[in-house]
Amino acid sequence: MKAIGRSVPKKESFDKVTGVAMYTADKVEARMLHARLALSPYAHARILSVDTSEAKQVQGVKTILTGDVSDVLIGEEIRDRPIIAREKVRYYGEVVAVAVADTEAAAKRAAELIRVEYEPLPVVNSPVDALRQDAPILHDKLGEYENEGRAVPVPGTNIASVNRLRKGDIDKGWKESEMIAENTVWFMPSDHAAMETRSATAEIRPDGYVVIDTSSQVPFTVKKYMANYFGIGSGWIVVQTPLVGGAFGGKSAIFLEPIVYLASKAVGGRKVKIVLTREEDMASAPVRIGLHATVKLGSTLDGYIKAAHITYRFDGGAYNDKSSDVAKAAVIDCSGPYGIPNLACDCFTLYTNHGFAAAFRGYGHSELTFAMERAIDALADKLGMDPWELRFRNAAVPGDTAPTRDLLTPSNLGDIKTCLNRLKILSEWEGWQVRQIDAYRIRAKGISCFWKNSSMDTDASSGAIILFNPDGSINLETGVVEIGTGTKTVLAQILAERMRMSPERIHVKLTVDTRTTPEHWKTVASRGTLLAGRAVLKAADDAIRQLLDIAACVLRADPEDLVLENEKVFVRADPSVNIEVREICYGYVYPNGNAIGGQIIGRGHYIQRRMNPLNPVTGEGTPGPEWNVGAQAVEIEMDTRDCSYRLMKAISVNDAGKVLNPEGARGQVMGAMAMGLSFANREGFDYNEQGMVLNPTLRDFSVLRYDENPSYIVEFIETPCLDAPYGARALGEHGMIGMPAALADALSRAAGVRLNQLPLYPETVWRARMGYSHVFL
Amino acid sequence: MRIELLLNGEKHLVEVQPPELLLDVLRETFGLTGAKPGCRNGDCGTCTVTVNGWPMKSCLMLAAEASGQAVVTVEGLGDADIQQAFVDKFAFQCGYCTPGFIMNIHALSSKHPQADEATIRDWLQSNICRCTGYEEIRQAVVSVLEGKVKGM
Repeated sequence: MKAIGRSVPKKESFDKVTGVAMYTADKVEARMLHARLALSPYAHARILSVDTSEAKQVQGVKTILTGDVSDVLIGEEIRDRPIIAREKVRYYGEVVAVAVADTEAAAKRAAELIRVEYEPLPVVNSPVDALRQDAPILHDKLGEYENEGRAVPVPGTNIASVNRLRKGDIDKGWKESEMIAENTVWFMPSDHAAMETRSATAEIRPDGYVVIDTSSQVPFTVKKYMANYFGIGSGWIVVQTPLVGGAFGGKSAIFLEPIVYLASKAVGGRKVKIVLTREEDMASAPVRIGLHATVKLGSTLDGYIKAAHITYRFDGGAYNDKSSDVAKAAVIDCSGPYGIPNLACDCFTLYTNHGFAAAFRGYGHSELTFAMERAIDALADKLGMDPWELRFRNAAVPGDTAPTRDLLTPSNLGDIKTCLNRLKILSEWEGWQVRQIDAYRIRAKGISCFWKNSSMDTDASSGAIILFNPDGSINLETGVVEIGTGTKTVLAQILAERMRMSPERIHVKLTVDTRTTPEHWKTVASRGTLLAGRAVLKAADDAIRQLLDIAACVLRADPEDLVLENEKVFVRADPSVNIEVREICYGYVYPNGNAIGGQIIGRGHYIQRRMNPLNPVTGEGTPGPEWNVGAQAVEIEMDTRDCSYRLMKAISVNDAGKVLNPEGARGQVMGAMAMGLSFANREGFDYNEQGMVLNPTLRDFSVLRYDENPSYIVEFIETPCLDAPYGARALGEHGMIGMPAALADALSRAAGVRLNQLPLYPETVWRARMGYSHVFL
Repeated sequence: MRIELLLNGEKHLVEVQPPELLLDVLRETFGLTGAKPGCRNGDCGTCTVTVNGWPMKSCLMLAAEASGQAVVTVEGLGDADIQQAFVDKFAFQCGYCTPGFIMNIHALSSKHPQADEATIRDWLQSNICRCTGYEEIRQAVVSVLEGKVKGM
C-alpha cells in the first residue's frame, strides 16, 4: 500500500468539478456591507482635497473613508505605505478613498462620486529613471520610516534597499579571464493574473474579536501584522482562508485586509466585504517586479568562468512591500547554477511610480536567470562555444560554494549535470539547433539552466495536528493554504505512508482558521512539502507512539515488539496477536466496561535548521535549505517576414529529489512552464509617459490560451534532499524559472540578433532585427 | 421586473433589476457560486453557463435576457462525463476556472460529439486557465469525446 509515488487525486477534486468549492467572495450574507475603492488616476500627484459630500448622498451609503482615517504606515520590510493614500499618490490605481454601502451597486456609485483634486508631479517611470540625479524623490521621509532591518534604504534617494554580495577575489578573477562578455536585460512590471481576484471581509465582533476572511497565501502573516499595525492582541484576531483561486505570490502581500478592517471599524464593526474587479486587481493590487540588469562575465578561452559582476536595478514600484526581499533572493542565487569562484553583485531596489511589487512565483529567480542566462549565451557566442557545453563545464557540483559561501553538498544541491545531460537528449540538441523549414520559416531551439533556494525568515515554521475518527480514519490539519498546488493531498500521502495506511483514509481540512489551525509560516517558496511535511511526520510518530502504548496494554506486549500496518497493530514476531486501530484510537474498552486511553491526537512541528540572515555587505549567510535545479529548452518556429512565431515544444528536466505524486508534480511543472512562456511572450504592463497603466484587463493584458501552448515534455530526476520528507525537493515554482531565457535564446537564434528585452512580442523581435534601438522609458 | 428562469431544470419566477447581470443573479439570488466573476468583461470565461445548451458567459448576459430560457450551471450538471474526466486527468489546480471550462466542454460534447482538433481549439479559446498548461484539459476533452464515440 504505497502512498508515496502514487497519483492520488486532489482531496478537493469533486468539490472543484461540481461548483461547490467555496472561495472567499462566494460567501454571501444578508447583513453584509459592501466596500468599493476610489483609485488615483495619476501615477504621482499631490492630493489637494477630497470632497465626499456628493458620495455621501447616495442612497444606502454608510460611510466614506479617506486617508485621514488612519495614519498607520504599513509594510513588511519598510513601513512606507499608508493604508489609504495621504498627502500624495505614488502610483496609478493607488487607493484614495473607500465607499461602504448596503449594496455593491451603491458603494460603486458613491466611489465614483468622490471628488479628489490633484496636483500632478513628475513621474519616475523606470528603475533607470529612479537613479538619475534629478529624479523626483518619491519618499522624502525615507529616513524616518520604521524598518525591520533587512532592507538598507538610502534616504534622500529613490533607493529602497542596497544589497551587495562579494565572494572570492573579483580582481583576480578578471586577471585570469581571457574573454569578457557583458549583457544587459530589462522588462517592465507585470501581473500575477490569478483567475480569482483578491477579496476580503472583516468584522469586529461585540466581544472584540476581529474576524477576517481573506483570499490569501499568508493568513498567519495577516494575523501577525494586523496585531502589529493596529495594536490588537494577536489572540483577538481570527483569520480564515478557504480555497484560493490561484495566487502565484500575489496573495502573499497584505493589501485588502487593513482596508476592510478600517471600513468595518467605521461602521461599528459590521461585516464589510470587498471584492476587487479585474482592473483593480491588476492596477491597484501588488504586481510582479520589473528589472534592468547588467551581467559581466569573464572566462578562460576554454570556457571556464572565473569572474562575474552582476548589477540589478529592480523596479519595486511605489512602496517597498517585499520587493527588497525579492531582490535579496536574486542576490543569493545571482550566479545561477554555476560554480563561479569570484563574484560581485550590487543590487538596488528602487522606488518608481509603478504599482508596488509583491512576490511572484520564482521569487526573483526567473528574473535573475534571465539576466544570467542571456549573459552566458553572449559569452558562448564570443567564445564560439556550444552554449550547452559552456553550461555543462561551469555547472556547480558538490564541493563548490554558493554565492552565500555555503558549502554545496549532494543533499542541498540537486544534480545539474544529469539534468543537462537529459535535456541534451530530450531536445535532440546535437541534431540541430537552427533549421530552415521553407523560404520564410525558421525553427530554432534555446536552452537555459537554473537553480533556486528559498529565501524565508530564519524562523519559518510549520505545525500539524492529526485526530483519529472512531472508524480508524484520520483528520489532518495543517496551516498550508490550498492555492491549487495540491499540497494538502501530498501531505495526506506523507501521513499515510508513515502510518502505513491508505491515503484515501486520510481526511484533510482544506480551510485555514488561525484560531485552531497550527501555524504554517506562509504558503510560499514551494516549501509546503518540506515544512508542513516534516511537521506531519512528527505528528504521525507522536500518534504511532500513543497507539503502540495503548495496544501494548491490551495485547500485553512491550510497545517495542509492536508494529503498525494497514490500520492494525501487530506483535512483530506473532502477527496473529493484533488489534484494529479503530478499537484503540478512541480509547480501549475492556469487556467489563473499564476503559483506558482516549482519542488519539498527534502533534508535530518543524522549524528550519541553522538558517541565518545575509550580511548586507558580503552576502554571506545561510538563506535556505537546498538549491533545487533544472535545465530547460524551448523550440520555436518563426516567420522571418514579420517575426511572428509559434511555440512548438518546451522541455523541462527538474531534480525533484523524490516525486511524491507524479501527475500532480507534472501538472505543477507544466503549469509553471506555461506561465513562464506566457510572461516572456506577452506579459507586461504598458505604462504611458505619465505612468498610467494602459492595459489593466485580460483583454489587453493577454495570457496564453488553449491553442497557443507548445507541446510539453517534463522529466524528473531524483537526487534526494536528506532534510525533506522522503527526499522530495521543492517543485511548485521551478518550471517557470528558465523559460524566459530559453525562449529568448531560441528566438535570438532564429532572428540572428540578440534579444534581451521582455516581453518578446513579434514587434520587439522585428525592431531588434531592423536595428532600431530598444525603447526603454 | 419579474422574469421566468428555467434554471437547472426547475422553473423559477424571480424579481430582478433591469441592469442586473445573469452572473450576479445566479450567484446572489440563487447562491449558485460555481459561476465565478473572473473579469466581468467576457475575457476569461470563468462565469460560463449554458443557455439552451450553448455556452454563454453569464457576465455578458442580462438576467432579463435569460427570461424564458433554459439555463444550466455547473451545479445543475448532475454527473456529466467531463466532471469525472477532469478528476481523472488532473485537469485543474486552483479550480477557479474549472466550472466555466466544464460548462463549455459539456456543451461542446453535446453539440459536436465528434469534434475535431480545430473545433476543440476554437471552442476552448474562450476560457483562461492560469494554473495548468491546458494539456490536462485537452486530455480530459479528448477522453470525453472518445468515450462518447465508443458508446455510440
